[in-house]
Amino acid sequence: MAVMTYLQAISDGLRVEMRRDKRVYVIGEDVGVYGGAFKVTQGFQDEFGPWRVIDAPLAETAIVGSCTGAAIMGMRPVAEMQFADFVSCAWDHLVTVAAKQRYRAGTPVPIVVRCPSGGGFSGGPFHSQNPESSFAHIPGLKVVCPATPADAKGLLISSIEDPNPVLYMEHKHLYRRIKDEVPEERYTIPLGEARMHREGNDITLVTWGAMVYTADEAATQLEADGISVEILDLRTVMPWDKQAVLKSVEKTSKLLVLHEDTRTGGFGAEIVATITEEAFESLDAPVKRVTAPDAPVPFSPPLEKAFIPQVEDVVAGLKDLAAY
Amino acid sequence: MAIAREAEPVGSLKEVREAGLDREDLLAVYRNMLLTRGVEERGHILYRQGKIPGSFYTGRGNEAGAVGVATAMGPNDVGTPLHRDMGVHITRGVEPWRIFAQYMGRADGPTKGRDGNVHMADDRLGLIAMVSHLPAMLPVAVGCALAFRIREEKRVAVGWFGEGASARGDCHEAMTLAGTRRLPMVFVCDNNQWAYSTPTHLEYASETVADRAPAYGFEGVVVDGTDVLAVYREARRAIEKAREGGGPTLIECLTLRMEGHAVHDDAFYVPKEMFEEWAKRDPIERFRSWLKDNADLTDEEEDEIALEIKKIMNDAIKRADESPMPDPSTVAEGVYATPEDLDTPHHK
Repeated sequence: MAVMTYLQAISDGLRVEMRRDKRVYVIGEDVGVYGGAFKVTQGFQDEFGPWRVIDAPLAETAIVGSCTGAAIMGMRPVAEMQFADFVSCAWDHLVTVAAKQRYRAGTPVPIVVRCPSGGGFSGGPFHSQNPESSFAHIPGLKVVCPATPADAKGLLISSIEDPNPVLYMEHKHLYRRIKDEVPEERYTIPLGEARMHREGNDITLVTWGAMVYTADEAATQLEADGISVEILDLRTVMPWDKQAVLKSVEKTSKLLVLHEDTRTGGFGAEIVATITEEAFESLDAPVKRVTAPDAPVPFSPPLEKAFIPQVEDVVAGLKDLAAY
Repeated sequence: MAIAREAEPVGSLKEVREAGLDREDLLAVYRNMLLTRGVEERGHILYRQGKIPGSFYTGRGNEAGAVGVATAMGPNDVGTPLHRDMGVHITRGVEPWRIFAQYMGRADGPTKGRDGNVHMADDRLGLIAMVSHLPAMLPVAVGCALAFRIREEKRVAVGWFGEGASARGDCHEAMTLAGTRRLPMVFVCDNNQWAYSTPTHLEYASETVADRAPAYGFEGVVVDGTDVLAVYREARRAIEKAREGGGPTLIECLTLRMEGHAVHDDAFYVPKEMFEEWAKRDPIERFRSWLKDNADLTDEEEDEIALEIKKIMNDAIKRADESPMPDPSTVAEGVYATPEDLDTPHHK
């Protein structure tokens, strides 16, 4: 196995799939000559040519809308949003067109929209958001949020293979910070299967994306106090692995959901509601959410730090639950 | 001063033959226009009888534009027709009974009751089902053209929009992508002069919609949308040009929406004289008299076609009415595609 950064693993997954399947092409702003704003597609145009690594005009509506048309014609498009925030400009094409096409017209729309998401580097209100819950709410879409390099590769390949429109939220803060072993061959990871990140007995912590690492640090701190935290990395929020969460909550009787997205209507609300409905008898404490506050993502470092859930916020939440 | 080219009317049978239509084709065009109007007229009656839920939209006045363009498309070309373009579905071969089943929300309609009115398509016939956000279908059509360009196939995508839809950003982005990449794409603007109640001068400030085309790097042409032969000739030129790598064309078919936005709308805001003026240019009447003058359409042939259409309509409505309502227990089924769904002609 090779050691790859999270970013290299995304590139590797995309390259493997493009080599294997001629129907796969990439379209986005600056993805060709420049290799993408974050260099995910660096060198791709040299290998695959300008008609499979397409530099698009600054037009997210046309980028995603055209992916739908091409997918219906049998292609497997992978669109890159330069930042996840800009996917708002393609809202109609995901929500109105792609998401509903299978249900109403019977036409599958196998597209992937890569969305570099998340904050932590003073990107400000328009380069830091985590829009997963907005899309998870739309029947017909799938939403993938990998946390590890190996998952980033396998989940990307699964997303491309999937016959549905998939939003692939790649967390920018993990791009070069996270390195791990990644299998060199092609492999897939089923969408909708959580990953047991850390086994524990006292509290279940459900999270995804960059928050997996925040959760892990918090759990390590609590270990010193004799509190054992089980961390489930959801990997995909739509579909989400309800069974894995139920199973863990039945064991621990306590649940904390952590996400970098804002609180109200965040995907944590859905998880908490479901667990309350289906595992009320298993709970020994009220469920808890640790999330960003209901505000835009601020720019200045102290404000951003106050916005994004920090290790100490998670530790405090876990301690509350442990003491209940 | 208009920038776009204004298309000449088509005169003689000789010209039409040169454009690729023989007498049999001409009668098929005539038949398709009558079928289009027949489906919409009978649909309207069913709606009034309470047999069609929701609302009801027609494309009366637009039969020449829809049938003319669809006739010029090749069998492997694809398109995204909108709600004034029933003629495209008819010309591509959608069976009328399935359209009535769609109108009535039945299980055998193309969307199996999941969507209504003209929100339907048979993808085996190269059509993609529209959404209500009308200009959204343009980037989708451009994506089809992009797929053809990537695979170097000699196929063309046709995207329809109205002058109202031309106001939205989707239209601009679609034309920008198609223009910069010289994609095999034909944009067809059904300019019926009214977007619901909004007149053209509040939708665009240029003299014509087609005037925009040169700004995107391709040709714009305005054609009389009530002249099916002129529409056909311009569409064929544009489609064949796109097929040969000549890039997109914007064809603006000028018509008048002869009814309200939908049947609940009496179109009080359209001046009466306008309706009277355009009624004289009814596309079907116009083509009928052209056929009589130029292609020896006989009274017997005319009666025969009219009878045939009537029978098709009666049979179609009967068959559609026999189709069951969808099963309510299936309401949440089919939201997500399965790998087997990719076993379509396009996904091989």
